[in-house]
Amino acid sequence: MSKKLNLTLHVWRQKGPTVAGDFVKYAANGIDDHMSFLEMLDVVNEGLIGKGDDPIAFDHDCREGICGSCGVMINGVAHGPRKATTACQLHMRVFHDGDEIWIEPWRAAAFPVIKDLVVNRGALDRIVQAGGYVSVRSGSAPDANSIAVSKNDADLAMDAAQCIGCGACVAACPNASASLFTSAKISHLSLLPQGGPEREDRVRRMVLQHDAELFGSCTQHGECEAACPKQISINFIARMNGDFIKTALTANSSLKSREGQ
Amino acid sequence: MELRSNVPTGPIEKRWEKHRFDLKLVNPANRRKSTVIVVGTGLAGGAASSTLGELGYNVHSFCYQDSARRAHSIAAQGGINAAKNYQGDGDNIYRLFYDTVKGGDFRARESNVYRLAEVSGNIIDQCTAQGVPFAREYSGLLDNRSFGGAQVSRTFYARGQTGQQLLLGAYQSLSRQVNAGTVKVHERHEMLDIIVVDGVARGIVTRDLVSGEIRPWLADCVVLATGGYGNVFYLSTNAKGCNTTATWRAHRLGAAFANPCFTQIHPTCIPVAGDYQSKLTLMSESLRNDGRVWVPKDPGDATKDPRTLADSARDYYLETRYPAFGNLVPRDIASRAAKKVCDEGRGVGPAVDGERRGVYLDFADSIKRLGKSKIQERYGNLFEMYERIAGENPYETPMRIYPASHYTMGGLWVDYNLMTTIPGLFAAGEANFSDHGANRLGASALMQGLADGYFVLPSTLAGYLAGFKGPRIADDHADVKAAVGRVNERLKRLISAPKPSRTPDSFHKELGRLVWDECGMSRTAEGLRKALERIPALREEFWNGVRVTGTGEELNQTLEKAGRVADFIELGELMCIDALNREESAGGHFREEHRTDDGEAKRNDEEFSYVAAWEHSGDLSKPTLNKEPLTFEYVKPSQRSYK
Repeated sequence: MSKKLNLTLHVWRQKGPTVAGDFVKYAANGIDDHMSFLEMLDVVNEGLIGKGDDPIAFDHDCREGICGSCGVMINGVAHGPRKATTACQLHMRVFHDGDEIWIEPWRAAAFPVIKDLVVNRGALDRIVQAGGYVSVRSGSAPDANSIAVSKNDADLAMDAAQCIGCGACVAACPNASASLFTSAKISHLSLLPQGGPEREDRVRRMVLQHDAELFGSCTQHGECEAACPKQISINFIARMNGDFIKTALTANSSLKSREGQ
Repeated sequence: MELRSNVPTGPIEKRWEKHRFDLKLVNPANRRKSTVIVVGTGLAGGAASSTLGELGYNVHSFCYQDSARRAHSIAAQGGINAAKNYQGDGDNIYRLFYDTVKGGDFRARESNVYRLAEVSGNIIDQCTAQGVPFAREYSGLLDNRSFGGAQVSRTFYARGQTGQQLLLGAYQSLSRQVNAGTVKVHERHEMLDIIVVDGVARGIVTRDLVSGEIRPWLADCVVLATGGYGNVFYLSTNAKGCNTTATWRAHRLGAAFANPCFTQIHPTCIPVAGDYQSKLTLMSESLRNDGRVWVPKDPGDATKDPRTLADSARDYYLETRYPAFGNLVPRDIASRAAKKVCDEGRGVGPAVDGERRGVYLDFADSIKRLGKSKIQERYGNLFEMYERIAGENPYETPMRIYPASHYTMGGLWVDYNLMTTIPGLFAAGEANFSDHGANRLGASALMQGLADGYFVLPSTLAGYLAGFKGPRIADDHADVKAAVGRVNERLKRLISAPKPSRTPDSFHKELGRLVWDECGMSRTAEGLRKALERIPALREEFWNGVRVTGTGEELNQTLEKAGRVADFIELGELMCIDALNREESAGGHFREEHRTDDGEAKRNDEEFSYVAAWEHSGDLSKPTLNKEPLTFEYVKPSQRSYK
């Protein structure tokens, strides 16, 4: 049987990137505890539109925890209190009648606020554009079974590849580092033989792009792994750092000159 | 309107090869002078943009999401089919072709389906080379599983996240082209109209979803890879943003819309919990391998704890009715059977709008037989997902499931080159109608999206562009200004309805409920006529009373929704017109009046072996029907039977 909750929301409202924002208080009454967190916001928004007010803007799409669009700080925790759960998959039964809930956008210099809870995560795309791929032309691939990959490596690569690119790791990190995101992509490809030929080039280009985007450095807090809805391990950061240090020592001169170093 | 399918002749296994040879090529030096617009960054759009960029075309890619990595292809769980025969179990291209034509209930074009099966192996090669982490055996070679009742194991998968991994593969290829400067991705841009000059598609008009800026983009041709229209039902397994605006705007400008009534309902979704419900979540069909479907025999038992009901009080209706296939009957049959028992008042779970819409999927017997740990190993992640959403533990109490809209086979009519009836306008992936007929088989959607994007469009677009001699146009061309004007006019109407009183969502919910009831799992002439009476009135109420707050010159999600709902209302009407016209039952389209003596779907090949390609006539309620006859040279139509 469902229960009804009466809640007080404090939601970050901000008109645009250059305007100051602030918390605005809303009453959310009669919330069914089977609702998802975003459905609760839908109900509040329907009420706001009904009164002619501007509804709360937030990013969302698949609402099944895989597209990575949604993500807000809920009482200071990225994606809210439930472990390994995106905001869209968080259901109101984790809250209690009378609770106050503080809702904020991801906070990071690399993620400027667009409006209310919507931020610009384009920096993550640019890190991938710097080298997060295998350079293979359509139609030029050899037969798939001509490349054998040990099951352990394939499984570990898949663990890394699960990243949904939501940005919770950045929001949770005291340094606003995107190391978990970057290392997951680097590890996914470097664990597979297909990613081997470009391994050195890739790690250098992606790490340098990460730093150029104003993300901070990793100082091993581990907050990212705790917040990650896909539970991606910080061991991948160690793997990335190892590769990066190695290539810093061994990178050939053409690679360095291309980077202008 | 003349429908020219441009299907090559000759033996089916040589048609694509012959056609590719006959298509003209574009000289590498000339490719960078050609601009191609691709709308959508799912599997079809992402694959097309990256491949075209790599070939040297100047590509502009658009998506409404904040990144090209988020399109709804990402949510596909099960896998992707390919006729590799890595398992040595007798699979080949012809068998995949045969299964797909038959599975589509003989309403797809044979030549297109054969081509799909033919390139399926190349897709797996391509994705593996990109680093897609497909599941592997201990030998290090690729693993396969059997899926959706296929008799061979031809499905490749990456845990339960195959769509995600394939999409990331396409996104990474696209990112490589962005870095190379051949593709420019425009995120948070929604296509709102098409620019047609002298009857030829030459560009699009977009709204920048952040600034609200409306502007034209000009090109030599346009590809729509904008997905299906399943959100017409409001509740579906699609992402919230999935919409028909791109395909519907194309239809309004002259592109024929084919078989809109062919929609697929997936039987195993988590039921609606309340009127606030915003979307439905699909649970993998594999659950039916070990779960038993039942409802109470007596409607009075609907609210009792299911564990307390004795076997004699339960109706295992699939096992009784379909003894040969039992709980594993195909999607459409399982879905209709669930609807039937709920219509009889025997549904379970919470009452929403006074009705209980849910049936039990019970694992108690399997847990007893195999042990909890075995079930956990097979379905642990799905059980966890269910518990997260429904708040009940499926190891202890039976799951509740109910069918939901999942995929749309209908879409823009395209010829063998994937070109619509507007020259220069192409449609790929779920946005077109071409390969799945009246019903899509499991693990075939990913295959089609990537086939279109990586292998078909790069050849057929070249064939078009090589012969393209359109005039140079600029933003001040009268047809460009007219398209921009149409968009501005429409947005103004949405923002300033005469009597704003209802939110876009409230209209969408009403439309969805109506179309779901009358043009969902089963349809009757009477119900469809009722819907066709109501929809035009709803359309009028919408334009008169939709309430959009804020302005067009800012990020305005209510305005975005309103525009999409307006198009869904028009499409919903066409769906019902098509369903009423098709006096037969085929695949996902079940007309109560057309069934066999034992209540199963009955096709009418004599009269309805054709593609219904609807043309906009200026009157939304009176579209013009064009027929493309379907001929079957290789797979002879037969009745599907699962008894």
